[in-house]
Amino acid sequence: MTAIGLGHYLTVAAILFTLGLFGIFLNRKNVIVILMSIELMLLAVNINLVAFSAHMDDLTGQIFAMFVLTVAAAEAAIGLAILVVYHRNRGSIEVEDINMMKG
Amino acid sequence: MILQAFAFYLFAFVAVASGVMVIAARNPVHSVLFLILAFFNAAGLFVLMGAEFLAMLLVVVYVGAVAVLFLFVVMMLDIDFIRLREGFMRYLPVGAMIGLVLLAELAVVIGGHFLAPEFGGPAGAMPGPAVGDITNTEAIGRLIYTDYVYIFQAAGLVLLVAMVGAIVLTARRREGVKRQRAADQSARRPEDSVEIVKIPTGSGV
Repeated sequence: MTAIGLGHYLTVAAILFTLGLFGIFLNRKNVIVILMSIELMLLAVNINLVAFSAHMDDLTGQIFAMFVLTVAAAEAAIGLAILVVYHRNRGSIEVEDINMMKG
Repeated sequence: MILQAFAFYLFAFVAVASGVMVIAARNPVHSVLFLILAFFNAAGLFVLMGAEFLAMLLVVVYVGAVAVLFLFVVMMLDIDFIRLREGFMRYLPVGAMIGLVLLAELAVVIGGHFLAPEFGGPAGAMPGPAVGDITNTEAIGRLIYTDYVYIFQAAGLVLLVAMVGAIVLTARRREGVKRQRAADQSARRPEDSVEIVKIPTGSGV
């Protein structure tokens, strides 16, 4: 990690995070792509955690990246389950319709 | 060293390019496939950083489970994706603006790192668990079963709740489907179901 340093990995993570955020705005109607964008952002966070873990010689970052992975998997499962139920009831997955879910 | 740099740029470029395709692909199936590619390349970056266990975890959990889950949902739901693309251009300016602002902020932070690398502490400054001569997997195992055992258990609980939640949300009782009812079967008695009819010889039923 001398030629390719911490900064390189942080740059990749920053670009991926920005892409994820951009994707949320770009695909405002498609919940599936929004969920995928969130996965992309969590991946960027994981890259950051692991990069700092390798840089600092401290494994704690990798442990926390593992927990972020766990939560991301749980979030994807629940999100897609809600999506399937929503599609079953409404016949569409447009985000604009989802405010019907309140009360 | 040159090989490592080459591998880094390859993985980083493909990861970023597939990240772009995830949000820009017209067909959500392609989005999912590019997401898988992005995760593969992120796993490659993890290997370059010496986090082999997390790299394998990423491949197994994301490529093996989450991405396939996405693929199932995308293909299972009958969605008019063309209609969902409406307003793509309408949200482009505000999204681009927010994305650029965020990217600029992150560039300031990372640029600060490039200008003054000592500021964030030198490499290996944290008195953490030594990476040392044991393998990455063993080191992580030693940590999560000692210092982080409660968080590890909590992670298991999160996964359990997610599993139960997903099943409860999606399982439905359909009407008009014949299914086995074990209680009814056990409660059945011979006198309820068998009728003995005496038939006189030669008269028929």
